[in-house]
Amino acid sequence: METAKKRMLTGNKAMAEAISQEMEKDPNVFVLGEDIGKYGGIFGSTQGLIEKFGPERVLDTPISETAFIGAAIGAAAEGMRPVAELMFVDFFGVCMDQIYNHMAKIPYMSGGNVKLPMVLMTSVGGGYRDAAQHSQTLYATFAHMPGMKVVAPSNPYDLKGMMVSAIRDDNPVVFMFHKSLQGLGWMKQLDVAVDHVPEESYTVPLDKAKVVREGKDVTIVGIQMMTHYAVEAAERLAKEGIEAEVIDLRSLAPIDKDTIIESVKKTHRLLVVDEDYLSYGMTAEVSAIVAEEAFFEMEAPISRLAIPDVPIPYSGVLEDFVIPGPNNIYEQVKKMMDEA
Amino acid sequence: MTKFGEKQPAVSLEKLEWMYEQMVKIRYYEDQMAEAYMEGKTPVFNIGAGTVPGEMHLATGQEPAAVGICVHLTKEDTVTAPHRPHHHAIAKGVDLKKMTAEIFGKETGLGKGKGGHMHLFDPEVKFSCGGIVGAGIPHAVGAAMTSKMKGKDSVAVAFIGEGAANAGAFHESLNLAAVWNLPLIVVVEDNSYGISVPKKASTSVESNDLRASAYGIAGAYVKDNDPIAMYKASEEAVARARNGQGPTIIEIETYRYLGHFQGDPELYRDETEVPGLRQLDPITKLRKMLSESESVSEADLETMEKRAKQEVDEAYQFARDSSYPDPESALKDVFSS
Ligand SMILES: Cc1ncc(C[n+]2csc(CCOP(=O)(O)OP(=O)(O)O)c2C)c(N)n1
Ligand SMILES: [Mg+2]
Repeated sequence: METAKKRMLTGNKAMAEAISQEMEKDPNVFVLGEDIGKYGGIFGSTQGLIEKFGPERVLDTPISETAFIGAAIGAAAEGMRPVAELMFVDFFGVCMDQIYNHMAKIPYMSGGNVKLPMVLMTSVGGGYRDAAQHSQTLYATFAHMPGMKVVAPSNPYDLKGMMVSAIRDDNPVVFMFHKSLQGLGWMKQLDVAVDHVPEESYTVPLDKAKVVREGKDVTIVGIQMMTHYAVEAAERLAKEGIEAEVIDLRSLAPIDKDTIIESVKKTHRLLVVDEDYLSYGMTAEVSAIVAEEAFFEMEAPISRLAIPDVPIPYSGVLEDFVIPGPNNIYEQVKKMMDEA
Repeated sequence: MTKFGEKQPAVSLEKLEWMYEQMVKIRYYEDQMAEAYMEGKTPVFNIGAGTVPGEMHLATGQEPAAVGICVHLTKEDTVTAPHRPHHHAIAKGVDLKKMTAEIFGKETGLGKGKGGHMHLFDPEVKFSCGGIVGAGIPHAVGAAMTSKMKGKDSVAVAFIGEGAANAGAFHESLNLAAVWNLPLIVVVEDNSYGISVPKKASTSVESNDLRASAYGIAGAYVKDNDPIAMYKASEEAVARARNGQGPTIIEIETYRYLGHFQGDPELYRDETEVPGLRQLDPITKLRKMLSESESVSEADLETMEKRAKQEVDEAYQFARDSSYPDPESALKDVFSS
């Protein structure tokens, strides 16, 4: 049987395989970050790399994010293709100057004469009680600033294909991987964190959203965990005769307007779901795009679900209250359908 | 009295007993936490599940660093701690019940369940901690600055791991504290690792007290995880700070018996390492020393141990008996009203 032969990988192994294959192909690719050597990355994204490529190309750094991310920029300007890992996106605070004043702006300020072919990969997301300084996604914080491609894949297939694209891209790419989607043994086990991943190298574009479920009644735009929750909600809604179309945004910058517009032209309703803060976020961006470009297609007000502008609290009851889940999505869609 | 460190200690019995009891309390607290942490995480480990979910960094083995300096502090002195904060919190006198309730995510916790184990704030005893490496150092600078501006003699102590000495915040904070001559003490706990990265791979400096010369301030090194040597070094540093003679860096060689966090597979260190370290246990050593002194009986030691454990047991019971917060309370406290 065809399916029996399918090669299944977890998210973290898919990422590590992408980096490994690019390192084999191109001697300029190297990896640096905290605990990415023997430990294999706290979220497994560099598993097996040091064994294969040695400490000259897989560099464990001191806890000095400004220095090693800045060094990645400097090396990229020299023609290297560094992949730097910021262990948790939350730690951007100690190195954001390097990221947004330099990595994001040097190509532009040089009038295109300096290229920075680098990847800044970083873990995002909550839901496992790691509290306010280790649970954010900060999708919009990065996507807001021009000069960086910002992607957030939601499954092992895309993690591999988009990592390959990110390494080959001549621009700085912020590659956000969701901790819960790495398929790690010590986190909650999710079926969606294991997927068929071909062994041979392939690419997935960095500027295309993906319709992961077709439907005619309402469009739900999600990203990473929110995409999976949206699919869960959509299956429940289908039992009640409501067919939701679910879009996995995948790329925050550039954002794929066409896929969104095309979908709402069909469904005439839009719910945007985010694991980032509500205000000034991805939900606002997607809503604005639809309001600007498909306003007269809409049959109901646009609706959004996101973290209600509070830091992520520690206690489980509080965290579950602020991060949207399948049930919130289900109820929100029901409300939208009733209103119309 | 038996020697513990190199020099004959000129430490009063009362202080030694305080340090011993605190160390016992810390050790027992962390042991209980390790157990509570596993509740609901077997047979399948899931970091987000159980009585105490999330990351858990325990300080078992690192007690001397905390007690050796906190013995010189009062409620008026400020302590900032990093992601591994329980030993500092206990030695500083943080409300143990509220602290435990916070770690259990309960409404009676220090932060009403919003903070968790890495984010404990007890303004009553001027204690705080946080999850971003190095971030507590400038906060201690601010406390030291306030003390100076108000003409007080209180001091500020920033505890950090040896890995944090390589963060930019370390350099900037110490330079500032030095040039402004502030009553700051930075205690660097060298437990040999920053997660999996050995100290030798992250700095070329033998010990971080040597960096003091870069700022023109005092430095002291405490070896062998020795609480009495820590006491002595801290006594001098605190006196210096209180007398307006500026900051000090103290580095203490200490031991991390457990993983970086609970659940750490620890593949980066040899299996014989921890059993070897446990042979050098500072609590066992201090107990032996006290029991060999004529003024402390076995019964005295047992009384201290019982008292320490009882306080811990009561704190855990309080945490277990407390309620979870109302979910909607998540929306409160973003701004003060
Ligand atoms: C700015 C920042 N970078 C990285 C981390 C992730 N991190 C948490 S603890 C830690 C190691 C800290 O080592 P050390 O300072 O020696 O303290 P120890 O854990 O040994 O007590 C790292 C890298 C962080 N929390 N903050
Ligand atoms: Mg350390």
